[in-house]
Amino acid sequence: MKEIIARYVRPYFPRMSFGFVIKFIGTVMDLCIPYILAHIIDVVIPKEDRGLVLWWGAGMLVCSVLAVTFNIIANRMASRVASWVTRKLRHDLFEKIMYLSNRNMDAFTKPSLISRMTSDTYEIQQTVARIQRLGVRAPILLIGGIFVTFTLDWAMAMVLVALLPLLGALSVFVSKKGIPIYAKLQETADRMVRAVREDIAGVRVIKALSKTEYEKEKFRRVNAEVVDRERTAGMVMAVMNPSLNIFLNMGLVCVILTGAYRVNAGLSEVGKILAFTTYFTLILNAMMSISKMFSMISRSIASGGRIWKVLDAREDMEILSPEDVLGEDAEETASAERGVSAEEMLSAEGTAKQSETASAAAGLSGRPMIVFDHVTFSYYKGLKPSVENLSFTIRKGETLGIIGEIGSGKSTVINLLMRMYDADEGRILVDGRDVRSYRPEELKAKFGVVFQNDMIFEDTIAENVSLGRDLTPEQVQEALLYAQAAEFVKDRSQEAENALNIRGANLSGGQKQRVLIARALAMRPDILILDDSSSALDYKTDAKLRQGLREHFADTTLVIIAQRISSIRHAEHILVLEDGAAIGYGTHEELMKNCETYREISHSQMGDLEEYAEEENGAAGPQTETKENGAAGPQTETEGSGAACPQTEKEAEDLQNGKEAEA
Amino acid sequence: MSAESGKKRFSRRTLIRLGQYLFYEKWLLSLALACTFGSNLFALIGPRLTGYAIGAIEPGKGAVDFSRVFYYAGWMAVFYLVSAVMSYGLQVLMITISRRVVYRMRQDLFEKLLRLPVGYFDVHQTGDIISRISYDIDTVNASLSNDLVQLLTTVITVVGSLSMMIAISPRLVLVFAFTVPLSVCLTKFLTGKTRPLFRARSAKLGELNGFVEEMISGQKSLKAYGREEYTIGRCDGKNDAAAQAFYRAEYYGSIVGPCVNFVNNLSLSLTGVFGALLYLARSMSIGDISSFVLYSRKFSGPINEAANIISELQSALAAAERVFTLMDEAEESPDVENAINLAKAEGKVEVSHIRFGYLPEKTIIHDLSFTAEPGRLIAIVGHTGAGKTTLINLLMRFYDPQEGKILVDGMDCKQITRKSLRGAYAMVLQDTWLFHGTVYENLAYGKEGATREEVEKAARAAHIHSFIMRLPEGYDTVLTDEGTNISKGQKQLLTIARAMLLDARMLILDEATSNVDTRTEIRIQKAMRNLMKDKTCFVIAHRLSTIRNADLILVVDDGEVVEQGTHRELMRKNGAYRQLYEAQFE
Repeated sequence: MKEIIARYVRPYFPRMSFGFVIKFIGTVMDLCIPYILAHIIDVVIPKEDRGLVLWWGAGMLVCSVLAVTFNIIANRMASRVASWVTRKLRHDLFEKIMYLSNRNMDAFTKPSLISRMTSDTYEIQQTVARIQRLGVRAPILLIGGIFVTFTLDWAMAMVLVALLPLLGALSVFVSKKGIPIYAKLQETADRMVRAVREDIAGVRVIKALSKTEYEKEKFRRVNAEVVDRERTAGMVMAVMNPSLNIFLNMGLVCVILTGAYRVNAGLSEVGKILAFTTYFTLILNAMMSISKMFSMISRSIASGGRIWKVLDAREDMEILSPEDVLGEDAEETASAERGVSAEEMLSAEGTAKQSETASAAAGLSGRPMIVFDHVTFSYYKGLKPSVENLSFTIRKGETLGIIGEIGSGKSTVINLLMRMYDADEGRILVDGRDVRSYRPEELKAKFGVVFQNDMIFEDTIAENVSLGRDLTPEQVQEALLYAQAAEFVKDRSQEAENALNIRGANLSGGQKQRVLIARALAMRPDILILDDSSSALDYKTDAKLRQGLREHFADTTLVIIAQRISSIRHAEHILVLEDGAAIGYGTHEELMKNCETYREISHSQMGDLEEYAEEENGAAGPQTETKENGAAGPQTETEGSGAACPQTEKEAEDLQNGKEAEA
Repeated sequence: MSAESGKKRFSRRTLIRLGQYLFYEKWLLSLALACTFGSNLFALIGPRLTGYAIGAIEPGKGAVDFSRVFYYAGWMAVFYLVSAVMSYGLQVLMITISRRVVYRMRQDLFEKLLRLPVGYFDVHQTGDIISRISYDIDTVNASLSNDLVQLLTTVITVVGSLSMMIAISPRLVLVFAFTVPLSVCLTKFLTGKTRPLFRARSAKLGELNGFVEEMISGQKSLKAYGREEYTIGRCDGKNDAAAQAFYRAEYYGSIVGPCVNFVNNLSLSLTGVFGALLYLARSMSIGDISSFVLYSRKFSGPINEAANIISELQSALAAAERVFTLMDEAEESPDVENAINLAKAEGKVEVSHIRFGYLPEKTIIHDLSFTAEPGRLIAIVGHTGAGKTTLINLLMRFYDPQEGKILVDGMDCKQITRKSLRGAYAMVLQDTWLFHGTVYENLAYGKEGATREEVEKAARAAHIHSFIMRLPEGYDTVLTDEGTNISKGQKQLLTIARAMLLDARMLILDEATSNVDTRTEIRIQKAMRNLMKDKTCFVIAHRLSTIRNADLILVVDDGEVVEQGTHRELMRKNGAYRQLYEAQFE
C-alpha cells in the first residue's frame, strides 16, 4: 500500500493539499455560523439594535454562501483526484497484466487478476474519494475541540489527551486485525468470480448434464463463504465505534470527577465543566468519523496489497544482452551469415536451376530460422520434463511438421519457441539469435500463430484479423482469402458490420479457425505456427489452405502441429514426439522407413483407407465398377504406400515453384 | 417525457424490490429498529445524568457533594457501557441483515444465470455479469448496512426536534416552512439530475470490467501478436470513460450535501435574525431562542448527514437496477404443465420439418427432417457453418425450433421435462469444458456418486488413464482454470470419459475427437462402439473415418438435408457427399 500511495497518490499531493485548504476554509465558514448565531444571541440582542442584527444576519448568509461554494469546489477536486488516481492505477495494472509472463499468469490465475483489476481498484477509488471529502471536517473538529478545551481548563483537557494514545492503539489494533481479514475476503471473492466465469463458459454442459442444482449448491458454498468473511470483517470493524464510545465516555466521567475536585478546590467553575461536555460531544463525533475512515482504509490497504503484488511481480524472463549471446553462439551466427550469403547469391543470379543446385549441394536453401539446441523443459520443477533434450534446425521457407500423441509435448515446443516459457536447459535460436536476447515485441513480430484454444473477441471479423495492427483493409481481405475464409465472410457481410459474438459464438468451429488463421497470416510473418488449428476444417478446405500457403507464403517458415498425416506429410522435416522426446525426425519417406511409431500413425490413417478402398472395390456392383474404380484408383495411389514417389516429385515441384516466386 | 416517467417508475420498482429483499428479514429488521429507537432514547438520558452530576458540583468551592457526584458518575459509567453494548448489538444486527440480503440476492442472481437460455452468454460479456454479481451487489450492500441506520436515526431525530420546536414557537417554525420544502425540492432536483449519471457510472464500469475480463482471457493470443500496447490503448479508452463517468456522478452527487447544508445554514441564519427580531418585538424570551436554536441545530444535523448519503443511495439504486435488469431477462420457457418425465428413453428421434434461426429474420435451418431409429449411428456432415451444431442445440432443447417438431420416442420434445430430456443424452462438445476441481470430480461430474473404479474404467476406455496417473496427484490433481499443461486433446479425452460414465440412451459427439491423434481415436472408437452398441448416436465429424460406419449419414447444406443414406449409397450417388469425401485426397 505504501508503494501504491507513493506512486499513485503522491503526484496529486499538491492538488490534494490545495483541495484540503479550500475544504478547510469551507469547513471553517460552516463552523462560523453557529458562533455568529451565539454571538447574536449573547451579545447583539441585549444591545437591542435592529440594524446590527441584520448586519450579523447578512454575515451569516455570506458565510453560508462561501461554505457551499468552497465545499463544492473541494468535492469536485476530490472526485477528480480519485478518478485520476484510479485511472492511472487501472492503466498500470492492466498494462502489467498484459505483459505478464505465462508462468506468472498461471500463478496469479485469471479470475484473481480480473477481480484485482475490477473490485480492488474500485475499493481504492472509493477510499481516495471519501477520505478527501470526509477527512477534513473530522480532524478540524477534533483538533479544534481539543484546543478549545485546553483554553477552558488544562487539567480536564489533560484527561482527554491521556485518552488519545489509547484511542490510537485501538485504531491500530482493529485495522491490524482487519487488514488480513479483508485480504482473505478478496481471495474468496476471487473464487466467486471464478465460479461465475466457469459456469458461464460451461453453461451448455451444465444444462446438458442437468447439473444446475449441483452448481447452485457449489455457488451457495462460495457465496456463503464470501458473506461470512464479510461478516467477520464487519464484526471486527464494528468493535471500533462502541469501544471509542466507551473510552471517550469513561473519559467524560473522569473529567467530571476531576472537575468536581477542582471546583471543590476552587480552581475551576461549573460553567467550564458544562462547556466541556458540549465540546466533548463534538470530539466524540469527530472520532467516530475518523474510525469510519479507518475501516475504509483497512479494506483499501488489503486491496492495495493485492494490486501491488501484481505490479511488483518480478519479470521472470530477462532479456539477455546481445553480447552475452553473441559469444555463446558465434558458430550459429557464422552459419547464419553463410545462409545470408547463400541467399544473396540466389537473388543475384536468381535462376531456378542455380537455386536448385545450391540447395542440393549445401542443403542450405535458406538461413536457419529455428534452431532447438538440446532443449529440456518442464512446467513444474521436479516433474518429468515435457520436452527432453530436443534438437533440430529448420531453415527459412521450410516446413516443420510435428506429430505425436496427445501429451507428447507438441504445444510445449511452440511455447518455448515463442518464449512463453524459458527452457530449463539448452537454447533456442530464432533467425540466428537466442530467443532470450530478443526484445519481446521484436520476437513476437516474427511469428504468426494460431493456438489450440485461441481467442475470438467480440468485435468485427476484420478487427479480429487485424487486432489493431497496421493493416490496410486490402491486407485483411487478402489474409481472409488465403485462410479460405473469404467466402463465408462475404456471406455474412450483409449482417451488421460482421460483428462476432463473445468467443465467436456465432461462428462454427471451422469458421473460427479460419478467422484465426487469417489473423496469423495477415502480417506475412517470418514464421507461421499452426497448432492443430485446422482440425475443424473439412478436408477440402484444409487442402486448399495448404495449397494457398505453399503458393503465397513460400518464404514463410511453417511449423504445423497436426493429427492428420495429410496435413504434414509435405513438410521438409517431420518431428515425431513421444513423451517429450524426439523419436523420429526426417521426411515422410524417411520416417516411413525407419520410425515405427510414425509408420503406425500413418497406417492408422492410411491403412483404414486402404481397407476401405478394398471394401469399396469389392462391394461395388459391376454396373458401377468402372466409375467407382476410376475415382478410387488415383486416390489409393496417392494415399497408399506407393505414394511416396509421386509425392516427392510434387514436393520438389512445389519447392521449385516457391524458389521461382522468390527470385 | 414518457421515457422519463418510465424511468421514474423503474426506480420506484427498484425500491420496492429492494424492500422485498429486506422484508425477508423483517424480524431482525424490527429488532434493529427497536435498537435504533432505544439507543436514540439513551442518547437523551446520557446528558441528563451529566446534568445531575454537574448539579451536584454546583454549590462551588468546598461545598461539592462528592457522594452524589460519585453516584451519578457511577450511573454514567454503567449507562455508557450499556449504550456501547447496545450500539455494538445494533451494528452486528445490521451487518447480519445486510449479509443475508446480499447472500440471497447473489444466490438469486446466480440461479437466474443458470435459467437463462445459453445464447444469452454469447452476447453478454462475462465480465459485465461478474461486475453485477460482485460490485453492484456490494454497492447495494454497503448502502444497506450503513445508510439504513442513518436514515432511521434521521427520521427519529427530525420528528422529535420538530415537535419540540413547534411547542416552543410556532411562528418561528414558519422559517422551516420555507427552508424544508426548499431543501426537499433541491434534493429532488439534484437527484433527478444525478440518477442518470450514477446509472452511467455503473454501466461504464460494467463495460470496462467486461472488456478487461475478455482481454485477460485472451492475453496469450494478444501477447503472441505483440498487441499489448494496442490492447492497453483500447483499455485506456474504456478506463477513461469509466473514470469520467465516476467523476461526473461523484461530483454532481457530492453537490447535494453542501447544497442541503447551505439551506440548513440559511434556515439557521433566518432563525437567528427572526428570533432576534421577535425578541426585540418582545414576543420571545432569550431562553426560548437559545433552546429553539439548539433544537434546530439538532434538526439540521441529521438532514445534513442524510443529504450526504444521498449520493451513496443513488449509486446503490443504480447498482440495484442493474441487478434487477439481469434478474428480469427472459428465461428459457418453463416446462409445459404436466410435462412428461422421460424415465427410460428408447432412443428413437424424429425430426420433422423444423425451421430455426437464432434471430427470427435469419433462418439457419430451413426445412430439416430425418428419423433416427434406436441404437443407430447417425452422422451429420457438411461444410463448416452448415448448421450442424445448431441441430445439436435443438436436440438438447437449448433452443426450440420456430416451426416443426422434434419427437423422442414419439413424444414431442416440448412435452417432456427439459431435465429428463437432457438426461437422456450424453454429449461431448468440440469446446471442452473442465472446471476448477480434481480430475476425479471432473470425470464424475455427470454421475453423482460414481465410484473410483467406475471413473477409472471410463478413463481407461477413453485412453486418458495413463496420462492422469502421470499427473502429480493422479486422480486428485486439481485442474486449474486454463490448465496450462493440459492440451486440448487431453481435455477432449477427459470429457469423453465423463460422457462414458453417463447412463444415457442417446449420445451426441460434436467433433469430440478433433484434437486427438488418430491412433488414440481408433482405440477410443473401439471402446465407444462397445458403449454405443444399443445407443442412438449422433456424430458430427470432419474425419470421414469417424463416420464411415454410420447407419445413416445426413449431408447438411445451408440448413437442409441434401442427401441421406449410408456411406456406400452416398458414394454411389456421386453427389455432395462424394465431393466432400474426395476432398481429403486433394
